[in-house]
Amino acid sequence: MRFERREHRPVALVIATPLIAVAAALAIAGILIAIAGAPVFEAYWNILKGAYGSRLSATETLTRATPLILTGLAAAVAFRARLWNIGGEGQLYLGAITVAWASSHFIGTWPSALQIPALLIMGAVAGMILLLVPLWLRLRFSVDEVVTTLLLNFVAVLVVSMLIDTVLKDPTAFGWPQSQSVADAAMLPKLLARSRLNLGLVIAVVLALVLAFVQSRTVFGIQSRAAGLNPQGAVFAGVPLGRTLVVVACLSGGLAGLAGAVEVMGVKGYVTTDLSPGYGYSGIVVAMLANLNPLGVVVAGLFTATMFVGADGMSRAMGIPSYIADVIVALSLLTMLIAVFFTQYRIRR
Amino acid sequence: MSAVFDIIASAGLWAAVLRIATPLILGTLGALLCERAGVLNLGIEGIMTFGAMIGWLAVYNGADLWTGFLIAAIAGGLFGVLHAALTVTLGLSQHVSGLGVTLFASSFSYYVFRLLVPVAGTPPTITPFQPIHIPGLSDLPFLGQAIFSQTPPTYAAILIALALAYLVFRTPLGLAIRMTGENPHAAEAQGINPMVVRYGAVIAGSALMGMAGAFLTLSAFNSFFPTMVQGRGWICIALVVFASWRPQRALLGALLFAFFDGFQLRLQTALGGVVPYQLFLMIPYVLSIAALAVMARRARVPQALMQPYRRGER
Amino acid sequence: MSTPVLQIENVSKRFGQTLANDNISLSLHKGEIVALLGENGAGKTTLMSILFGHYVPDSGRVMVDGQELPAGRPRAAIRAGIGMVHQHFALAPNLTVLENVTTGTESLWSPRSRRREARAKLLAISERFGLKVDPDARLGDLSVGEQQRVEILKALYNEARILVLDEPTAVLTQIEAERLFATLKDMAAQGLSLIFISHKLDEVMSTADRIVVLRGGRHVAERPASETSKPELAELMVGRAVTRPVREPSEPGDVVLEAAAVTVRIGGVDRLKAVDFRLRAGEVLGIIGVSGNGQAALAQLLSGTAAMAGGDLLLFGQPVGALSVEDVVTAGIGRIPEDRNKDGAIGEMAIWENAILERLSNFSRHGLVDREAGMAFAQTIIDTFDVRGGSPASRIRLLSGGNMQKLILGRNLIDRPRVLIAAQPARGLDEGAVAAVHERILDARRQGTAVLLISEDLDEVMALADRIQAIVGGRLSPPIPAQEASTRKLGLMMAGEWEGETAHAV
Repeated sequence: MRFERREHRPVALVIATPLIAVAAALAIAGILIAIAGAPVFEAYWNILKGAYGSRLSATETLTRATPLILTGLAAAVAFRARLWNIGGEGQLYLGAITVAWASSHFIGTWPSALQIPALLIMGAVAGMILLLVPLWLRLRFSVDEVVTTLLLNFVAVLVVSMLIDTVLKDPTAFGWPQSQSVADAAMLPKLLARSRLNLGLVIAVVLALVLAFVQSRTVFGIQSRAAGLNPQGAVFAGVPLGRTLVVVACLSGGLAGLAGAVEVMGVKGYVTTDLSPGYGYSGIVVAMLANLNPLGVVVAGLFTATMFVGADGMSRAMGIPSYIADVIVALSLLTMLIAVFFTQYRIRR
Repeated sequence: MSAVFDIIASAGLWAAVLRIATPLILGTLGALLCERAGVLNLGIEGIMTFGAMIGWLAVYNGADLWTGFLIAAIAGGLFGVLHAALTVTLGLSQHVSGLGVTLFASSFSYYVFRLLVPVAGTPPTITPFQPIHIPGLSDLPFLGQAIFSQTPPTYAAILIALALAYLVFRTPLGLAIRMTGENPHAAEAQGINPMVVRYGAVIAGSALMGMAGAFLTLSAFNSFFPTMVQGRGWICIALVVFASWRPQRALLGALLFAFFDGFQLRLQTALGGVVPYQLFLMIPYVLSIAALAVMARRARVPQALMQPYRRGER
Repeated sequence: MSTPVLQIENVSKRFGQTLANDNISLSLHKGEIVALLGENGAGKTTLMSILFGHYVPDSGRVMVDGQELPAGRPRAAIRAGIGMVHQHFALAPNLTVLENVTTGTESLWSPRSRRREARAKLLAISERFGLKVDPDARLGDLSVGEQQRVEILKALYNEARILVLDEPTAVLTQIEAERLFATLKDMAAQGLSLIFISHKLDEVMSTADRIVVLRGGRHVAERPASETSKPELAELMVGRAVTRPVREPSEPGDVVLEAAAVTVRIGGVDRLKAVDFRLRAGEVLGIIGVSGNGQAALAQLLSGTAAMAGGDLLLFGQPVGALSVEDVVTAGIGRIPEDRNKDGAIGEMAIWENAILERLSNFSRHGLVDREAGMAFAQTIIDTFDVRGGSPASRIRLLSGGNMQKLILGRNLIDRPRVLIAAQPARGLDEGAVAAVHERILDARRQGTAVLLISEDLDEVMALADRIQAIVGGRLSPPIPAQEASTRKLGLMMAGEWEGETAHAV
């Protein structure tokens, strides 16, 4: 059995790949649900109901999609240039804590129109800085950024934990450690009253559109794509590799930091060490499901949020551990990889 | 300063060092074996998590400790088959495939655990491996407590390290593995099947990773909880580079690392809460990054690492 | 006639659309040296790869000493006594000579490597055939010629009786090549049977007993070496009277590029050592040398991807310090890289994107890329330079080697550059494509472009260059005019023999 490279990729197949991947993941996870002794279709129906069955759940799904879209964009931008940013989680946390710190200690008295953009920028910058360290290590010492970004995730969460325990400790919170809150003026306006759905979603979608434009129409877009596809050829053609990667890192780290900022300013208003249930890592799956396409990231982010929110509801109703959502998302990554492979190669005897 | 000396002079530190080092030794050896054949296995964090869970679960359900250990190894090997199928047969990105395996193995382990073990106020426990008493050696002053009062898996890990060192450098199989990691086309030209070698190395390496995880729940601690692996897998990946892909150095690197970790734990207690404990916990991760920065350029990487082998394609 | 030691019967092999081997049959007798001749893409390497088990043929079979050889298994081939010396050595630079040779020679279940016995056996074989090596040397530290010796010893260690050599002299100097062929003749006399692949007529005529010509995947002719001639072989190889374009005499213009004592250091080693050359408008300066003597450094310097460590470089009369790719392209210097796939193109990107990538500033405004202009530019190149197999929007990967090279030439030549740096421009191309590339270079020369041609092909340099310098061990010989150039003279220069000093080959 050999694999032969396809000359032409049928367009229909390329569009269908994420759907096939998701279907396969759901099928495999279905087996796990069945082994747990639960009826599979009822379980999936309950996931859908859990995600969209009521006004509350639907807005919750959209709210949960926001950080996933942002970390998905962060991963997509980076992976396209072959910068393996697995540090989205840590960058998110740093963005979150920066926003909490700045608003509770420095600019909390600013009016919303100024404070909100300022905080968003600060959160993005915090994320950028965290990613620039591994990038520097790669450019200067040839260190693979996969491991360094991963290790820094743990460092970042520890930093946040430390700050919450000391400088940013909220004295009014009982028991569970949390940071001081951001000012009221810093909270993102709600999109829908009596829900958690906030402006963050709009910000995420707008950024996806901007990124799509930048990648397909700008000089930076074509250069960063060349850098990811063939770094040696890109250098020969005069693409400034180092500079391009720095910009990519700023975009990627910035988006992840922004995800943290938006989570704080849009939902809870303060930071805890369990602020993110793995958004950074899920963002990677979102990016891969979207085939690194920014517009696809919006759809894939929504799908992932559906799984997470839906599984919570399903778990309450049927007793199947909500971890099944994480399993489905992880399987989707693997099935997507395999599906993409088969759009590029065919089997030969 | 005297606090530092007191800590180093205590036999308890050295006993802890060996205990802390054991999962690092096994994990690093596992990753090293995969990489020597040319495959980066980033599934290590997830495989260690699953190994921790399944080994514990087996013992919780009545198996004896060594059986639990073995089951963890087998589970690890099965995830190795998955990773190998993706990276060796299909030639997919080793980075993304490994991350996928980690995400899948972790989430799968939490799912199974939550399904089979009811949530309780205090987490359920098992009776872990006990330190064994070696007649004569365990009774030595200082050394007896420091080195010769470990649990069996620790001694097993050290033996495995030495065995692997011999295998990689002094046997024909080791040479075949090394050649596959350096130039699989050259290996093929000498009658070796690089795909088979890579599969074997990845499966064996993943089994070691599973064992590394099981040590956490069957020896170091006695219960399983989510996120207990805490990035040890990634530290092992860094240690492989630090060890220049040599098993003997991997053993030393893990011990060195464990020393810093054990030391910082005791220093924390000695300094009594003046410095936030999180700073101490950061040390292993920061050290790993530093180790990578120092060694990355110097180490002789297996040249075919990360390159998929496709028959006939040059 | 005794049973041939090797019999290839009706072997065919298809890759996608291409029929690489079409019903080929070939036999080899004991003690014989057969040359497999053909231009690039004729199917020689494919056939030998099938012989050695790297590929499985679609049909046909191979018989060794009358026994059928199981297909697709190098181990079976090795056991049957077939040894292959690959063009791109099947060696691991990080391992020692002994480790490279003994990989796979002992059972993988064996608990101990028998190194002492292996070393003794290796040294004995090395002695017998006059191929000296140090078993404990790290392979990556050896010279190319020494590495090839290890590649050959590997086959002999496995007790090969049939030795297949794929383009063995591609990376050797004249002297090393002569030494190799003497060794091969000695091996044949000792009872080994040899096949060597080549596209060089000289060595084929002087070394082989019999010559088999492949063309377009088919076995088209077979001649005893004593009963044929170079012109006949050339015509059989290409299928028609060979006409490669030859330059007409012309007067060179002003000096556009001048180098004085230029040194280039890469990876801590001086790859180019105090070289001098002068390039004039309307002329072709040929730099001849075996690969690995500093050509890459020279090309990189002039392409803007390597820095100068010493000396002076004058471009259009002005001294220049560090040249970036942007500087080079803006100055009107066109570059044809040696490796078109790794340096010259981004495979997964479209033809139009590849066409404009190195001159984005001409095709963008305010940071936005002008896609229409880019597509139009690509179409102009496709039309003017006869690039076949793709449209501006299709991926450049789909083009054949020759067409990709035409595109690369086109994007550089369409704007009439003042200087053209062409490194191995015809490498890996079939005769038709080679002629097209040469024609374009001569055309540029006619229009006043100064061309620096870096090549390892004597025929190419003698046909195209007005003046020739040899590059040996990072040094450049003084230039000789084309009229004085002969194979013998150039061979001596490539060996480092030029007036005044003797440089040393790598």
